[in-house]
Amino acid sequence: MPLALVLALFFVLPLLATAVVSLWDYTEYSLVPDVTARNYREMFEGCASFTLCTTFRTYLSTLKLCLLVWMFTLTIGFTVAYFLAFMVRTETMRTVLFLLCTAPFLTSNVIRMISWIPLLGREGVANRALKSLGIVSQPVEWLLFSEFSVVLAFVHLYTLFVTVPVFNSLMRIDRRLLEAARDAGATGWQTLWHVVVPLAKPGIVIGSIFVIVLVMGDFVTIGVMGGQQIASVGKVIQVQMSYLQFPAAAAQAMVLLALVLGMIVALTKLVDIRREL
Amino acid sequence: MSGEPRGRAFWALAIFFAAFLLFLYGPTLTILVLSFQGPEGGLTFPMQGLSFHWYGTLWQGVGVVDIWAAFRRSVRMSLVVMALTTIIALSAGYAFRRRFTGQSGLFHLTIASLIVPSIVVSLGIALQFRLIDDSIKAIGEAWGIEAITEGYTTAMGLFTSGLGAHLTWTLPFGLLIMFAVFNRFPGELEEAARDLGASPWQVFRHVVLPLIAPSLVGVALFGFTLSWDEIARSSQAIGDVNTLPLELQGLTTTVTTPEIYALGTLTTGVSVLVIGLAFALMAGWKRLRAARALRG
Repeated sequence: MPLALVLALFFVLPLLATAVVSLWDYTEYSLVPDVTARNYREMFEGCASFTLCTTFRTYLSTLKLCLLVWMFTLTIGFTVAYFLAFMVRTETMRTVLFLLCTAPFLTSNVIRMISWIPLLGREGVANRALKSLGIVSQPVEWLLFSEFSVVLAFVHLYTLFVTVPVFNSLMRIDRRLLEAARDAGATGWQTLWHVVVPLAKPGIVIGSIFVIVLVMGDFVTIGVMGGQQIASVGKVIQVQMSYLQFPAAAAQAMVLLALVLGMIVALTKLVDIRREL
Repeated sequence: MSGEPRGRAFWALAIFFAAFLLFLYGPTLTILVLSFQGPEGGLTFPMQGLSFHWYGTLWQGVGVVDIWAAFRRSVRMSLVVMALTTIIALSAGYAFRRRFTGQSGLFHLTIASLIVPSIVVSLGIALQFRLIDDSIKAIGEAWGIEAITEGYTTAMGLFTSGLGAHLTWTLPFGLLIMFAVFNRFPGELEEAARDLGASPWQVFRHVVLPLIAPSLVGVALFGFTLSWDEIARSSQAIGDVNTLPLELQGLTTTVTTPEIYALGTLTTGVSVLVIGLAFALMAGWKRLRAARALRG
């Protein structure tokens, strides 16, 4: 099985290497194969005191971004999927609109990020509009290279990771259930909340996993859209790599991995992925 | 549902949907327009005339970075990843239709490869190759092999560690597509072919392959475009040379002219071209089959 071979070589072994190296010591220019808890200890240095240590602060800010992005992508993604699944009448139209929603996934993320520069920059379209409407007199600075632009870019890039699985779940719902709910006297909102949302749960969970994983491990989007100013776990790992502090980066990666896997396990308690395909 | 007049909910959602599409495509279209800025133009509106100036400067190369070498590297890389993804995903998808030992383990491993954060995978591959390098060098010194002590630098590279990094990203998508295809595949056709005396290879070649060919084009499409735009996994695992998206990411902080929009438009252009090509192929295939069915 070539699949098993590729995954063993480029996925399992690297993860094992990371786990092992995370326990190694290091000097300025070389790895020292020697079991030590130094990397983990240094990571959480000072974490017992009341002022938050750097590691916790970084994780908290990453989690905050993650939560914001999750909320927005879920709301927007669900609404879009709902429109596609229940409001579009012909199959052809549905396919065309679905492809329109998903095609950007196949284009470059970086380019889709830099596309926001002319819209959000100091002299960008948004600031010009605000100025000419007399809402602000000085250009608004927080539009670009800020947490706002990071969240915006994430939502822009990752909403379709929610749309596609939710759409898939919605299309499996027996339409007669909706009619039954209506006949039984449910209002539109009641039908949505008590019938559609529970049945869409598998899609919602899968979409959530994607979004959480993508945001938690990100360093590219946060780097480019945050003007390299915002801290995130992924960026910490990347910076440590660039200083060749491999064991430290590996320890950081193991903690991130454990956190993300914990979140996923909590979510998958709710759904069996394989049955959804 | 159909036939009823459209309610308020429909129009509210339709407007929301349209706004979403604008949100999706607006920015990309903006840089498409801005890439045709006149020579005096800057990174934002207004347009100072209309020209191909920035494509011209792009053609001559961007500063110190050899952007065209990166471009060619990326094309080669994406083509290789595309071919491997298609072949491996197809064989794995085919194998998964029967039970075999370790099946569910392999499935979960594939899913895991998709959802473990890219930076972790990338770091892992980088570490793995560093360890390989260190051991090769150690062997070289211990046995006094001159070729290693003098000439050897690293096993990391575009088509070793880089290729592996890309495959951990494209293969899960490929396998999931194959699952979706084979879940809906009519098994009776294969049985019929077997009953008529076809060998396993003949069943595959003359029954299965023609039926799933359009989906294979889809897998190939994912393989190419995902590799073409991949950054997070390549970033630590690619060795000395960069692919186009990595160069592009570096340029976002240094280039302050519409040249970067021209480059962005060009890169997106390649993606759009490949997507269009894939869909044309799929549509053509279906039409061909329909025509054959009519004649037969």
